[in-house]
Amino acid sequence: MNTRRAALELGAPVVLVVGAAFLGMLVSRSTEIYFINALVSVSIVVAIYVFVGNSGVLSFGHISFVAIGVWTAGVLSVPEQEKPAVMPYLFDFLRDTTVGNIPSLIAAGLVGGVFALLVGLPLMRLSGLAAGIATFAVLEITNNILRYYEKVGPGLNTFSSVSETTDLRQAALGAVAVIVAAFAYQRSRFGRQLRATREDPAAARAVGVSIYRQRLGAFALSGFLAGLAGGLYVHFLPLNVDAVSLDLTFITLAMLVIGGSTSLWGAVVGALAVSALDSVLANAENGIELVGRTVEVPAGTRIVVVSALMALVLILRPSGLTGGREFSVDPLWRKLRPS
Amino acid sequence: MITPLASGLTDVLSDAVDLQVQVDAIGLGAIFALMAVGIGLVFGVLRLVNFAYGQLIMAGAFALAYASDRGWPVAVGIALCFAVVIVLSLAMERVVFRPLRSQSPAVMLIATFAVAFLLQSIALLWFGPLGKTAASLAELNRPVTFGDVDIRKIAIVAIASAAVSLGLLVLLLNRTSLGLHMRAAAMDFQTARLVGVRANLVSAGAVLVAGVLAAVVAVLLTVQFPTVTPTFALRETIIVLAGVVVGGMTRLLSATLGGFTIGYVSGVLGGALPTAQSQYLPTFVFGLVILVLLFRPGGLFLRGRAAVERV
Repeated sequence: MNTRRAALELGAPVVLVVGAAFLGMLVSRSTEIYFINALVSVSIVVAIYVFVGNSGVLSFGHISFVAIGVWTAGVLSVPEQEKPAVMPYLFDFLRDTTVGNIPSLIAAGLVGGVFALLVGLPLMRLSGLAAGIATFAVLEITNNILRYYEKVGPGLNTFSSVSETTDLRQAALGAVAVIVAAFAYQRSRFGRQLRATREDPAAARAVGVSIYRQRLGAFALSGFLAGLAGGLYVHFLPLNVDAVSLDLTFITLAMLVIGGSTSLWGAVVGALAVSALDSVLANAENGIELVGRTVEVPAGTRIVVVSALMALVLILRPSGLTGGREFSVDPLWRKLRPS
Repeated sequence: MITPLASGLTDVLSDAVDLQVQVDAIGLGAIFALMAVGIGLVFGVLRLVNFAYGQLIMAGAFALAYASDRGWPVAVGIALCFAVVIVLSLAMERVVFRPLRSQSPAVMLIATFAVAFLLQSIALLWFGPLGKTAASLAELNRPVTFGDVDIRKIAIVAIASAAVSLGLLVLLLNRTSLGLHMRAAAMDFQTARLVGVRANLVSAGAVLVAGVLAAVVAVLLTVQFPTVTPTFALRETIIVLAGVVVGGMTRLLSATLGGFTIGYVSGVLGGALPTAQSQYLPTFVFGLVILVLLFRPGGLFLRGRAAVERV
């Protein structure tokens, strides 16, 4: 029984991701972009979920780990002869180091994880509103430094000429890897301890769980996964610092909240559902064929719809579309029974 | 011998004590203090950090731009600005804040984050990314000369309106029953309800007052930055939020002081520091926010117990 439940808990999100990837193979090249984008979003949202979902502590700061991943993988993969043109002020050791696709992704994860660990050492003592504001401050600081400190990257410029290795296959593999890591973590004793602190901090403490240590571990792991997702992202699109700041923070948090922030299934469903909606609307902004006539919605509709949806979900169904539960095939009446 | 660093420092210092820079910085501080009061008041009563406060100001600024586009008189423009901001604040309170009142502060913070993006994207849809120009009050940017210093009229207007608004607010809080109820709710919402304070009334009252202040700020800011875009006042709001946290958000006075200080300091440093250093100003400001949250969670201007939960 327990194994079946575990298999579903991991299997359902993986099947969804693989299904999306196969669907992406059937469509035209220009539509494929939306599928890759959705799969990268899954990686980012699941990375955020590892901390926010399991600990119940809000973080506005995870996009700074994504940004660190983007910077690490980007700087390491711009071809050596083009570095002086794209990033003229780079540190010597960065200028002289160029690595391949997979090493750059691993480096992105490692740097993201170490950064999260260092940030978490002081910050993980905070809870609630203070944690939200402090992580927001981390986002602002990271953005400010990446924007102007040109020894570590292109500053305000775009990461051009990074090899575009994140195709449908790599995006799907990356998303599956992040999901497997999240699953393994939440079934481990550390994941269970952290979830216990989310449900009842006092009781968790009483049985000897250190809230601070468990949160710190999850924060570092989710920083690693977010960095990895950032690596995938920069190998997919030429990005600049504005692509990994407030707007991405908003859209990824919206995905997590809409899907249901306390389950892996919710994170994956939210990321894919909002991406799908977003892609349809993005297409509609350029005019879309619908039942024989062209429908066109004005530019900017996407964010209006997504933010309105997020507010509605928060007001009407705060636990998200999935109710914050893992996927299961239990009969409906058991789900409806008050627990 | 004067080293380049030392001579640079004296330049910075002489710029900083320049009267013009001082008055401009105090003017900016006054505007930021008004925003801090708006944010602090709603936080006090509802325990809600209103991320969407800047978008209220943005909406007011668009109302002014719309009026000046149509060639309407200034008074009509200002009236429209107040009407738009007040209606929007009350709608926000009724539709979003009130249903979420029993949720945790973190959930409410995310909700106002969503509202902020909603309003910003509606503005983008309506007015486009380039925005509009609110030119009818541009005359206030002209300087008046006192002796040998030129002082922009807007700085004086900003300081005066901030003083008047804050004075009226103090009267409202201390001399009216609504004010008494709001102060009681800020102390302890549940107990206040038990002794007959009407929850919906105080929550609408706080949001209404914050909305009026947002409208005042919209008028003052459009004079300094006449180009109104969907991200109008966004940076300012984020900085003021930082200031409110640093000052201490549980008390209105310390929140106001925090807002004023951060406006004043960024005014002085922005006027005096070379860009190579002033571009890292946000890093210092938010670094300070983190330090305050960790070591003086009640805020720099408050003594006593911590208001922050920690583990």
